[in-house]
Amino acid sequence: MLLKMNHIEKSFAKTRVLNDISMHVEEGEFVALLGPSGSGKSTLFNLIGGMTSPDEGTILLNDNIIHGQKGLIGYMPQQPSLFPWRTVIENVVLVQELSGKPNYEEAKEWLKKVGLQDFQNAYPMELSGGMKQRVAFIRALLSKQNLLCLDEPFSALDEFTRIEMQKWLLSVWEDNRKSILFVTHSIEEALFLADRIYILTKRPATIKEEIIVPFARPREESLLNANEFFQLKQKLFNLLRDEIKVGE
Amino acid sequence: MKWVREKGGAIFLLLFILCSWELLVKVNEVPGWLLPAPIAVFSEAIKVIPSFSTDIFSTIQLALLGLTIGSLVGFIIAVLLHMMPFVQKMVYPLLILSQNIPIIVLAPLLIIWFGFGLMPKLIIIGLVCFFPIVVAALDGFKNTASELKYYMEMAGASKSQLFWKLELPHSLPSLFSGLKISATYSVMGAVISEWLGAKQGIGVFMTLSQSSFRTDRVFVAIFTIMLLSILIFGLLRMVERIVIKGKMER
Repeated sequence: MLLKMNHIEKSFAKTRVLNDISMHVEEGEFVALLGPSGSGKSTLFNLIGGMTSPDEGTILLNDNIIHGQKGLIGYMPQQPSLFPWRTVIENVVLVQELSGKPNYEEAKEWLKKVGLQDFQNAYPMELSGGMKQRVAFIRALLSKQNLLCLDEPFSALDEFTRIEMQKWLLSVWEDNRKSILFVTHSIEEALFLADRIYILTKRPATIKEEIIVPFARPREESLLNANEFFQLKQKLFNLLRDEIKVGE
Repeated sequence: MKWVREKGGAIFLLLFILCSWELLVKVNEVPGWLLPAPIAVFSEAIKVIPSFSTDIFSTIQLALLGLTIGSLVGFIIAVLLHMMPFVQKMVYPLLILSQNIPIIVLAPLLIIWFGFGLMPKLIIIGLVCFFPIVVAALDGFKNTASELKYYMEMAGASKSQLFWKLELPHSLPSLFSGLKISATYSVMGAVISEWLGAKQGIGVFMTLSQSSFRTDRVFVAIFTIMLLSILIFGLLRMVERIVIKGKMER
C-alpha cells in the first residue's frame, strides 16, 4: 500500500476541517476524491504534501510517516503554475532541478510523446489552456515520485477541452500506471477516470462512502453514454445532493 | 514608421517648446546672460564639445560606478531584508529616513570626513541610487505569485531554491523599474558630487560657467545631463528586454 491515512483530524482555529479521515491509495491505482466545494479537499492535499501536519492520526507513504515532509509527491495544481520566464522544457525539468540534475533527454522524449515537441522552446504564454495542463502533468510525472496528486487540474478548462484532457490523461496513465490521487468536484470526471472514489461530506469532512468503479480499462469516451455509467452517476449524485442539502 | 507613431508626439512637443523658447527670447530681446536662446546654446555646445567631452566622460564614469555600487548595495540590502522579515520591520523606516537627508547639506560633511577623493562622491551617488532598488526589489519579492510559491513548496523547494528559481526571476521586471529610476538619478548625483570639488566633470564645468555668468554653458551642461540620463535609461531598457523572457501573464 502506497499511501495510507489513518484517522486524520485537522482543525484551524476553532473550525474542524477534517474529521476522522481514513483512506488509502494502492500501487498503480487511480483514486478520486469527490466532494462539495469547501469540503477540505485542499487541506487534505496540504497534509499529504507536508505543508501542514495533522492534529490526530498518521499519514504513511511506503510505510513511513511523512508529516511535514515536502517534495515526496508529484503535484499538479489547479492552475498550471508554469513559470512564465521558463520555456516549456525548462518548466518540465523544474522539479528535477530541485533534487538533482535535470534530465533534458527524458523531458524531450515525454514532450514528444504528448505531441508538444514543437513547443519545447516556447514560453507558456504561447500555449493553450489544455497544453499548459499537459506540461504541468509531465512536470509532475517527471518528479519521479510514485504518488501523483492532482488537484482539480481540469476544472478551469472548457467542456470540450476537459473531455479531451481526461481522455489524454487516461491514455498516458494507462501506459504508465503511477498511483494517482485526483481531487475533483465533477461526478462524471471521477467516474470516468478512477478505479475507486472516496466521497467526502461537507465540513467537517468525513468519508461518506467509498465506491469501487467497475468499468473495465482502457476506457473509451462512449462509456460516458453507457447505461451503467448513468446509473452510477445518479447514485453518486444523490449521495452528494444530500450533503449540499444539509448545509442549507 | 512604428517608431514615429510611438515617439512622434514627444518629439513634436519638445520641438514646440524649444521653438516657443527661441521665439520668446528673440521677441523680448532677453540678454544672453539671463536666458540664452536654444540655438545659441546648441552653437555654444558645438564650440565647447572638444574640451567638454573629457568632463562628460569623467561624469559618465562616476555615474556608472556610483550606480553600480548603489544598486548592488540596494539589492543586497533588499535580499537580506527579504530573508529576515523581522529585521525588515526595524530597518525599513530608517531607509525611508535616509532619503530625507538633504544631499546638499550632507555633501560638505562627507568631504570633511573622507576628503576630496572618490569615496565621498560614490557615497552621495550610492545614497541616491540604492533606495529605488531596495523598494522595487522588496516589492518584487513580496508580490511573487502565490500559486507559484505554493507549487514550489509542495515540490519540496528549499528556501534558497525558492529565492533563486522563483522570487528573484519573478521580481526582475520590478527590479528593472527601480534600476531605471536609479539610473536617471545617478547622473544628477554625480553632478552634485562634483560640485564639491573635483578636477573635471560636468559639475565642475557647471560651477565654472555659472560663476563667470556663462549662462549658455550652464544650459549646455543641463542638456548634457538630461541626454546622459536618457541614454543610461535607454541602455537599461535594452538590457531589460534581453533579460526578461516570456513576459508575465497577469
